[in-house]
Amino acid sequence: MVYFLSNLVNGITLGSVYAMIALGYSMVYGIAKMLNFAHGDVIMVGAYVCFCAVQYWNLPPAAAVLVSMIVSTLLGVLIEGLAYRPLRQATSLAVLITAIGVSYLLQNLALLIWGATPVIFSSVVPDFKVRLLGGDLIITSAAIFTVLAAVAVMIALTLFVSRSRTGKAMRAVSEDRGAAELMGISVNRTISVTFAIGSALAAVAGVLLCSTYPTLTPTTGSLPGIKAFTAAVFGGIGSIPGAMLGGLLLGLIEIFGRSYISSELGDAIVFAVLIIVLLVRPTGLLGKPIREKV
Amino acid sequence: MKRNSKFVSNLITYGIVIAAWLICSFWMGNGMSSSLKAMLVPICCYVVLAISLNLTVGISGELSLGHAGFMAIGAFTGAILSTWIIAAFPEMNKDLVLTLAVVGGGVTTMIAGALIGIPVLRLRGDYLAIVTLAFGEIIRNILNMFYFSLDGSRLFGSFGNPNIPGKMIYNGAMGIKGVKMLAHFNAGVLLILFALAVVLNLINSRSGRAIMATRDNRIAAESVGINITKYKMMAFVTSAALAGMAGALYANNFYSIQSSKFNVDTSIQILVFVVMGGIGNMRGTVIATTLLYLLPELLRDFSQYRMLIYAIMLILVMVLGNNPLLRNLWMNINPFRKPLKRRAKADE
Amino acid sequence: MSERKRTETRMVPYPSGSFVPERDLGAQPVLECSHLGIEFGGLKAVEDFNIVMGPTEIGGLIGPNGAGKTTIFNLLTKVYQPTHGSILLQGRDLNPLTTVEVNRLGIARTFQNIRLFTNMTVEENVRIGLHNQIPCGMFSGILRLPAYFSAEKKQHEKAMELLSIFDMTGLADVKAGSLPYGAQRRLEIVRALATAPKLLLLDEPAAGMNPHETEELMENIIRIRDQFRIAILLIEHDMKLVMGICEDICVLNFGRIIAKGTPEQIQNNPVVIEAYLGKQRSEAGAEKEEKA
Repeated sequence: MVYFLSNLVNGITLGSVYAMIALGYSMVYGIAKMLNFAHGDVIMVGAYVCFCAVQYWNLPPAAAVLVSMIVSTLLGVLIEGLAYRPLRQATSLAVLITAIGVSYLLQNLALLIWGATPVIFSSVVPDFKVRLLGGDLIITSAAIFTVLAAVAVMIALTLFVSRSRTGKAMRAVSEDRGAAELMGISVNRTISVTFAIGSALAAVAGVLLCSTYPTLTPTTGSLPGIKAFTAAVFGGIGSIPGAMLGGLLLGLIEIFGRSYISSELGDAIVFAVLIIVLLVRPTGLLGKPIREKV
Repeated sequence: MKRNSKFVSNLITYGIVIAAWLICSFWMGNGMSSSLKAMLVPICCYVVLAISLNLTVGISGELSLGHAGFMAIGAFTGAILSTWIIAAFPEMNKDLVLTLAVVGGGVTTMIAGALIGIPVLRLRGDYLAIVTLAFGEIIRNILNMFYFSLDGSRLFGSFGNPNIPGKMIYNGAMGIKGVKMLAHFNAGVLLILFALAVVLNLINSRSGRAIMATRDNRIAAESVGINITKYKMMAFVTSAALAGMAGALYANNFYSIQSSKFNVDTSIQILVFVVMGGIGNMRGTVIATTLLYLLPELLRDFSQYRMLIYAIMLILVMVLGNNPLLRNLWMNINPFRKPLKRRAKADE
Repeated sequence: MSERKRTETRMVPYPSGSFVPERDLGAQPVLECSHLGIEFGGLKAVEDFNIVMGPTEIGGLIGPNGAGKTTIFNLLTKVYQPTHGSILLQGRDLNPLTTVEVNRLGIARTFQNIRLFTNMTVEENVRIGLHNQIPCGMFSGILRLPAYFSAEKKQHEKAMELLSIFDMTGLADVKAGSLPYGAQRRLEIVRALATAPKLLLLDEPAAGMNPHETEELMENIIRIRDQFRIAILLIEHDMKLVMGICEDICVLNFGRIIAKGTPEQIQNNPVVIEAYLGKQRSEAGAEKEEKA
């Protein structure tokens, strides 16, 4: 029972991180109709920046997270402007290959700057533990902060997208880019804002991910990035609650798969879930079906 | 006239490979550095891998990010086969053993390609790409669960259980060890010629046109009665089989090899070769793969920048190649451009 | 010329209440749709569509934009699965079949927004249309067996023969995407013909053509019908073309048939004039104003 509950807690924690990354993936995919393969690597950059801010510049944790968010936001907007914007009219194959290129660029730049040796990330959240069930079930502060952050982010984003002017513009662009442009919405600006928000979330996700799993290397972001995309697809790409739901489910599946089925096959189980979801429900759990125009 | 020019173009491609083979064969006897010699077989393997990936990406139009997975299946099948055949039939001609290993690798991978193709090819675009990536990782994960051992000439295999009799030849995540290294440059060149022949002949046939029709306009292809699943599958399985053969040759070139070699990085590296050589352009793929594989060797001091250079090249080729201004400029200065005379006639 | 053609045909009643050309009376109809319909999430895009077409009939499908004309083509070619009714092609039910199977049985089409294989040459486009007519397996292609060469030769000859209908043999090696608009429309018709259809569906074949090209197209459509002995159903907004060559016309509005008949009957039908041209209403309005 305790084993099950502690797995549940771990699953929800990991799932919350996935959900936050998935939100960024999902928004970018919904609006720019592109798979931003480099999103996972923005997580890694965010985590490294936070690490440096704490370690070398001796900033307080909250300020470190803020710096990391700012750097990631700028990075996201820069990537969009330099690499993706020139390809607005290109085929999706060209865009995807470019995104892969950006992903490798970030990884290898990180490799040159920070080296291949893993750094041990010191948690930025205040360190305490909650003991339940007579002390058998331990919940770390990192877990609590992660879940709270994910919930807060989701509420804030939902409000932003449904209430604010920019949020409405984002929805319009995702619905019909051409029509939105004719209504006077700047498509480029809207896409930039989307990348900015997604990248800021990625930084938070990176910090929280490394607070729970403290080893940080230049490739830290790539696998969670892909899994978060899986989560976004699982929940229904383009949908904010879908990303949240998909992230949570995927985290639970991964942790329970590792604990109860096979620890070696953990990733394989996650990917198998992705494949099954895509085959059975190509638009995800909460996605809308699409019809091809002939 | 036009079919003739295609024929000549294909002949040039074969000619380049044969010329490179002659030059290298001569050079090998006359002071080629040992580090370069060691790269010859891997180059051949990567050329075949890139050709086969270009069949999927360029001709069939499906971005596959899991090509290294097929390479892995071929590699381990080929290495286990050759090790076992040598143990069981020590008298057998070594080139025959190699051929059997390569064919065995190809057949196994073809079956795997068919099994993976059934679900994957129902998807499109970005989803398909991400699922091929997922399959690449799943293959690696599953390969790590296999164990094979040799007891005399008897081959034992198991899934998930390392306790099998005899000498371990394939040990889960540790990979395979004690391969007899039968591969040589001539075999590599033969495999390139074989792969080129298969792909080029396929492209210029009824099946190839159906594959390209499916790529260019799925709905129109269906409307003229082309079974798109069949032709996507044909390209995917052929591509997988060729990748498996290249993998088998690759594994037979090294004493030991681990599954971590066949990760996403390798898949991406092959994709870079394809993109640099030109999507759908087989001759370009052969040349680009050779040059890009040699590049880090030539710039030895910059080897830590290799992946960085690859990444920047990928982005630049995509961004600049899709720039309409630059593309027009290239069309005007490209000495090999197609004559525009006929175009004028069409406009009348 | 088109005037002559039109007056030649007499439409005769068919048992189910539809009309077919007199010459097709004894033959089995090529197409019979009854109560055909499709709903998209509650919206009835097409409802209760009935048609019978003789094996050499030229039919027209007209109606305002959004009336469901292209949707009917998509239903006939099984791009969409109908939610109601049945489609019979020479008596065979198309309901369980896919687009590919329907084409093999004999329905070929062109598209409103041209769908050519733009990166391939004109001849290759036609050869792709010949895919199921002149087969040749994958292995004889890869191994270059004699079967490959004979099939290639046959395909080339047949493609040239088909291209000569529109006098396009000279363009065989041009990329399809670089053809002018009118030629692309003609090539799409050739490609559809290459699949040896029994029923050819043309979706706005004259769109974007100048009057001279349209005139030529009308003659060619009749020639194709006479030469290949097939039925043709076309969607078109150019009334000169529709009234000039169609023997039987179906008028759609809001997914329903509002009128059926020969060009003369359609031209004089007040319901059609009201729905399609909106003329009646303005006249009525004018009358009211006068009375007031």
